[in-house]
Amino acid sequence: MSEATASRTTAPGSDGPMIEIDHLNKWYGSFHVLRDINLTVTKGERIVICGPSGSGKSTMIRCINHLEEHQQGSIVVNGVPMTNDVKRIEQIRRNVGMVFQHFNLFPHLSVLENCCLSQIWVQKKPRAEAEKTAMEYLERVQIADQALKYPGQLSGGQQQRVAIARALCMRPEVMLFDEPTSALDPEMIKEVLDVMIELAHEGMTMLCVTHEMGFAKTVADRVIFMDQGQIIEEAPPHEFFNNPRSERTQLFLSQILGH
Amino acid sequence: MTTDSTFRTEMIDAREAPDQSRGVIGWFRANLFNGPINSIVSIVVIVLLARLVWPFLEWAIIDADWIGTTRDACTGDGACWVFISARFESIIYGFYPEAARWRVDIVFALLAILVAWLAVPKMSRKKWVALFTLTGFPIIAFFLLVGGSFGLEYVPTRAWGGLMLTLTIAVVGIVGSLPLGIILALGRRSKMPFVKGICVIFIEFWRGVPLITVLFMASVMLPLFVPGELDFDKLLRALIGIMFFWSAYMAEVIRSGLQAIGKGQNEAGQALGLSYWQRTGLIILPQALKMVIPGIVNTFIALFKDTSLVLIIGLFDLLAIIRAGLTDSNWLGFSTEGYVFAAAVYWIFCFSMSRYSQYIERRLNTGHKR
Repeated sequence: MSEATASRTTAPGSDGPMIEIDHLNKWYGSFHVLRDINLTVTKGERIVICGPSGSGKSTMIRCINHLEEHQQGSIVVNGVPMTNDVKRIEQIRRNVGMVFQHFNLFPHLSVLENCCLSQIWVQKKPRAEAEKTAMEYLERVQIADQALKYPGQLSGGQQQRVAIARALCMRPEVMLFDEPTSALDPEMIKEVLDVMIELAHEGMTMLCVTHEMGFAKTVADRVIFMDQGQIIEEAPPHEFFNNPRSERTQLFLSQILGH
Repeated sequence: MTTDSTFRTEMIDAREAPDQSRGVIGWFRANLFNGPINSIVSIVVIVLLARLVWPFLEWAIIDADWIGTTRDACTGDGACWVFISARFESIIYGFYPEAARWRVDIVFALLAILVAWLAVPKMSRKKWVALFTLTGFPIIAFFLLVGGSFGLEYVPTRAWGGLMLTLTIAVVGIVGSLPLGIILALGRRSKMPFVKGICVIFIEFWRGVPLITVLFMASVMLPLFVPGELDFDKLLRALIGIMFFWSAYMAEVIRSGLQAIGKGQNEAGQALGLSYWQRTGLIILPQALKMVIPGIVNTFIALFKDTSLVLIIGLFDLLAIIRAGLTDSNWLGFSTEGYVFAAAVYWIFCFSMSRYSQYIERRLNTGHKR
């Protein structure tokens, strides 16, 4: 399984690394949750990460914006090496948007205020300008008409689209998606995926933990399969789905596609 | 050709909900007399209430004496409220010199205006008013009440008393303990062991001693340890003790709110690049405080009532002034009136706080689960 991790592939037509993860190791107490992760993501690349639950895929992308701390190895985001320095971490986070499984919108703020908050307080934009940007992105995720509502008044799919708009308002260089459709009712998954597909076509660098294999086939440049805290296999989607090399991958695919 | 499957061809239009209102008589019938046992229980309770409440009303209102200035006016069978009205000034101002009582009036009026301004949602410029209430107002109130400058007569705090003293202690206690409680609650959740340790020790110390002990310590013990020239005012010492004591309770109430906010809220703030204080001030605290409004107001109410404990260190608050009046040889035997009146005043303040908190809760409710 180490042949796959050793060879790093880069997507064609890209210009330099956006994220470089080098020999990343992380433990929860004595539990070795990430084992020697190596991953380079070039600008504009779209990566789908899948694997059984507990395989460390969420933990890995959460290390990229330091929601999780790692113990060994290095992470460089857009040329900035990750350290434990709060200023440095905040600098990296400004360039990295994140969308969560449970949306994590701020329930005490309206949709518009959710989108303006970090623009005003982190980017120090005047309110009017922040609202203009917010409305632009709310328009793009087709939810501008709900701007004055509170998150609790929206459906799950709508909330997740707001969460995407909120992240985009910061004009990030990378977007991290942590199982963005896993908490949604089946009929709402498509509206969120459509937004993500559109984003992918616009050239956003994306790392996406998801079990939506249709999405992976449509937009991914690379699919990464993780198990037990390590990268088992990484391949372009057609190769990954049609011709998986590792047995674990074959087993996993047969389990999720086999019914 | 029969099958088990069915399908709908026409959709059902939405209809109005059926009318559930019943009117007063209907309500009584449905809630109090909907069965023999319920009817008997209702009748018994109503009779008991009438037997208990009616004599009280008779005593307090119908047979009561209201008008007069001396004991001779107390001729009826009921309560003699002349006892209260004759001493009304001292109940409000304590021993504050008569010529300077306008200063207290101004402070009261200003406080009432500021509180009303902040409490009524329609008023604008809340931020500035709040800022003034927390900074400018205390300074003005201090100079007006204490005096000794700007040509105002100096009034030592031992002359303060009555409702004025009760309100002073309550307002300082409330305004001081809330922010201190917030800081302690945040500190107790800190990852920095030193900050956390200090906050835990502070909270557990103040929570672990009775308020009476704190007041005794402040008034009797502290002067023994502190050199003579550093003689703090007795009221100031009591105020600080009360503030610290209640901030420990407040901290735990607020911590329960912080605890209830999901980890995701903080993570979403982190992912957006917000700093710790921004996340705390903009995301976590607004939600946490809203959630624990009942607990905060509960603490405020307890604080308000426990201001009466200052009488044991010789400060004459509302209750102590009334008690002092009871020992007046001209007015012996009116303790019932005195205590009922004191209870009514405390109740009005506490009940107002309670109602206001319920109103605020409803208003802030955006109906949202996460």
